[in-house]
Amino acid sequence: MTPLATQVVNLFASGLLLIAFAMLAQRRIVTLINLFALQGVALVCSTATVAYATGQTHLYWSAGITLVLKVIILPYILHRLIRRLNVKWDIETLINIPMMMLVGIALVVFAFNLALPISEFSRSIARGTLGIALACVLMSFLMMITRSKAVPQVIGFLSMENGLFFAATSATYGMPMVVELGIALDVLVGMVILGVFLFQIREQFDSLDIHHLEKLKDE
Amino acid sequence: MNFEGILAQFAAMALALVVAPLLVGWVNMCRAWLQNRSAPPLLQPFRMLHKLFWKESIVAHGASPMFRVSPYVVFSCMLLASMIIPTLSTNLPLAPAADAIALVGLFALARLFISLAAMDIGTAFGTLGARREMLVGFLAEPAFLMVLFTASLISHSTSLATIVASLSERELSILPSLAFAGVAFTMVSLAENARIPVDNPTTHLELTMIHEALILEYSGRHLALLEWAAALKLFAYSCAGIALFFPWGIARANDHVALLWALPVLVAKLAAGGFALAVIETILAKMRIFRVPEFLATAFLLGVLALLVHLLLGA
Amino acid sequence: MHALAILLAVPLVGGMLLWALGERESAPEANAAFSFATFVAAAWLTTDVVATGPIRVYQDQFFLDSLNVFLVSLTAFVGFTTSLFSRPYMRTERDKGRMTAARLRLYHSMYQVFMFTMLLALTTNNMGILWVAMEAATLATVLLVSVYRTAASLEAAWKYFILCGVGIAQALFGTILLYFAAERVLGAEGNALLWTHLDLVKGELEPAIMSLAFVFLLVGYGTKVGLVPLHNWLPDAHAEGPTPISAVLSGLLLNVALYSVVRCKVLADGALDSRFAGNMMMGFGLLSVVVAAFFLSRQRDVKRMFAYSSIEHMGLMTFAFGMAGPIANFAGLLHMTVHSLVKSAIFFAVGHATQNAGTQVMEDIRGLLKVSPTVGWGLMIGTLAILGMPPFGVFASEFLILTTAMREHPWATPFLLLSLGVAFAAVFGRVQPMVFGDTHVTPFKHQPALTPVFLHLALALMLGLYIPPYLAAWYHQAAKLLG
Repeated sequence: MTPLATQVVNLFASGLLLIAFAMLAQRRIVTLINLFALQGVALVCSTATVAYATGQTHLYWSAGITLVLKVIILPYILHRLIRRLNVKWDIETLINIPMMMLVGIALVVFAFNLALPISEFSRSIARGTLGIALACVLMSFLMMITRSKAVPQVIGFLSMENGLFFAATSATYGMPMVVELGIALDVLVGMVILGVFLFQIREQFDSLDIHHLEKLKDE
Repeated sequence: MNFEGILAQFAAMALALVVAPLLVGWVNMCRAWLQNRSAPPLLQPFRMLHKLFWKESIVAHGASPMFRVSPYVVFSCMLLASMIIPTLSTNLPLAPAADAIALVGLFALARLFISLAAMDIGTAFGTLGARREMLVGFLAEPAFLMVLFTASLISHSTSLATIVASLSERELSILPSLAFAGVAFTMVSLAENARIPVDNPTTHLELTMIHEALILEYSGRHLALLEWAAALKLFAYSCAGIALFFPWGIARANDHVALLWALPVLVAKLAAGGFALAVIETILAKMRIFRVPEFLATAFLLGVLALLVHLLLGA
Repeated sequence: MHALAILLAVPLVGGMLLWALGERESAPEANAAFSFATFVAAAWLTTDVVATGPIRVYQDQFFLDSLNVFLVSLTAFVGFTTSLFSRPYMRTERDKGRMTAARLRLYHSMYQVFMFTMLLALTTNNMGILWVAMEAATLATVLLVSVYRTAASLEAAWKYFILCGVGIAQALFGTILLYFAAERVLGAEGNALLWTHLDLVKGELEPAIMSLAFVFLLVGYGTKVGLVPLHNWLPDAHAEGPTPISAVLSGLLLNVALYSVVRCKVLADGALDSRFAGNMMMGFGLLSVVVAAFFLSRQRDVKRMFAYSSIEHMGLMTFAFGMAGPIANFAGLLHMTVHSLVKSAIFFAVGHATQNAGTQVMEDIRGLLKVSPTVGWGLMIGTLAILGMPPFGVFASEFLILTTAMREHPWATPFLLLSLGVAFAAVFGRVQPMVFGDTHVTPFKHQPALTPVFLHLALALMLGLYIPPYLAAWYHQAAKLLG
């Protein structure tokens, strides 16, 4: 557990946080997908560093699965999806961007506070990063609820998954392999279903604006 | 308060007065090279100052004493700021007053006076410039403060001398918080020094001006003082950046050998910084005014992130 | 082969086969056949467990004790009867043009896959796999909710996906925290997530981590239970999906989600040594009961109304499990069973009624007794049963819950009584004109498959009047397990 490894992991964690903020402030969907891929890369590098420093080989497998799934397959599916759905335009947000950044900062402070007593218990070398992982999850959640188009909501959902994976790596040395495989399978199947689903929405409404999906209320 | 310290202080003052216009000249040269133009000579800013000092200073009829006093106040603030930032040595008699927050206060004082003076005459462009300057300053100041707080938290003091001393003595390690703070600082200094992407220093279109609009009414020695003050501001920000992020080479107290090295090292760093500034100005385009708050909000955000990352990760 | 392997393999294989061959005319029969095979396997497994006690299979990765084995048999049974109901129902939907053969293929295969995921969630010992199975259950049903491709059903499915997805992500974080706490005590191999192992060491788990973990797990799995304020997806998904799906969602998936919550509560109680977990469950449960009862009275769509009734009953069950203690736990388990049976019976009857009338708006459905006496009486008796009329089982369980509440938490009793009363008035007031009254709608062309309805109601009646000794012992054992 060399300090250098901890520093490198901290560096990637900060990068992850920065990417989460950048996704919050992004206006263009293509950049959003690329940022999501970049988030996956940061995650892979961080997991690989922890694996190298502590000699836990199953983390290499984790990093490999994340690389294949979140850096290659999912962004590819998303890019193809937006090309076929023709949704490359700018995204409006429900509240303006500087306001969202301030709310994001508040969420980060909240997440750090929440995670501080828990991270004391961790024996992992990446222990300080539990707060960052929770902050990423909360900010993806914020991104989901302030976007009015379907595809950014989906990306927010996926980046929440990224934050959770990072939390698993930082609190413990990753979940047992079988669970991770199951989670990966779920994410993949979820994406496929979402793809089908978005086509259905587009067919029905001729647009992917979420406002069309707010008609059902208690009469 | 020993003799050595006073000497160092005067040396710092003289250095600031001389090097600042040279820095501006160097940046202009680099910009010209990058844009494939023939460059003005390095001493061109001195020639301009000389010309202006010999010209008559015309003041409008309705100008108040504030208008006449402002250039002197602004110049003194900038000079004082350059003097309290550790450039060659951390042993400054003014060190107890050289607080990071006091630094921000000095810049704010200068901004206040120049904005008031711009509005003094009552022309439309002066007021326009003053309002824009206040907009930029209002957002840039908190960001700058966050950067300084991050550095202060790492070195457990807000005194600039102590910050420099502790940061240069740390072992080499990757500090993400300083990385974020560095990016935030760069953005803030671009905004405060009226550089692209926030403001074009060579523009002559009044509607796109921020800094130029403030000094539109000045002439003669007043204008010379204000131009020198702008150069000193750039010098001060560059030295602050060097002190916070690249502090190696600044001499400690009673370290004579290091003092001899300090000047060449400083000149080298400033030259590199000036070149980097020229590259940034050439690559980026000027932003529209309503985008400037977003730019500065991002800088603020990065500053706060740096602070939070340091608090959480201890890095 | 072990009965458990058959139990899990049959629906999975059925799902794959129906995906490949499901456009044939005989798909509904095949669906029912697979469900019957699952039910037989479940019955075999149950007799095994009742005879020999709790068992662990396949290196402790699966286990069955008195709590989940009765849920397994209940799930298989209701799955089977729903598949019987769905046979003529989906055929009629296809004849009316609301379904195509391709969509029927999706429907049948996803139905079997859904059964598989629920059975996996119930029988797994690994808390991580439990999470995976719950998420898979959501994914299996998302496309089913939107199968009619109307604007409203797409909206319902989108809300379902996003809200349940977010909720499940919270549950994942809770599971991670649970693993974190467990790893410190049990070490870092795969055994740290096994419930049986955790149950043995639950006193040593770190309280700070466990309390945070339980909060996330309750919020996460509670979204799938339909606890207020996380319930927004439930009424839409029930109202817009096909009726067999509403029946299994209400009758089975909510139960499985509550089962997950209860498993986590057992661990949290052991670690925390205070009533924190129970109090949280009581709070959410009470809130659900009150809010659902008041929303009930505003509904105009019959399936939405019964969806809110599901929310109310799940709230009641959560409240009961939160109170804990032998009687409250027994009442909660009994309520899980009878609610499942009666609610699915109601949805069967409602399905036939709305299919015939062509609308789900309650004001437009009248005189069901004239249209088809069996449907009318089925709906009426089912409604009376779910509202807690004696001698049905719901009355017994609600009675036990209320008396326990009166004894231990008297402050909650007025809220419960008021909500139950409001719900009674609202539902009965809407259903009564539906069943009686005049109508001009033509009677059913063919007799609807109502055996499932009356079978379920008969079982609920039996559970109300007389619980067979082995069943009662079963419940008592499970109640003791829950603390």
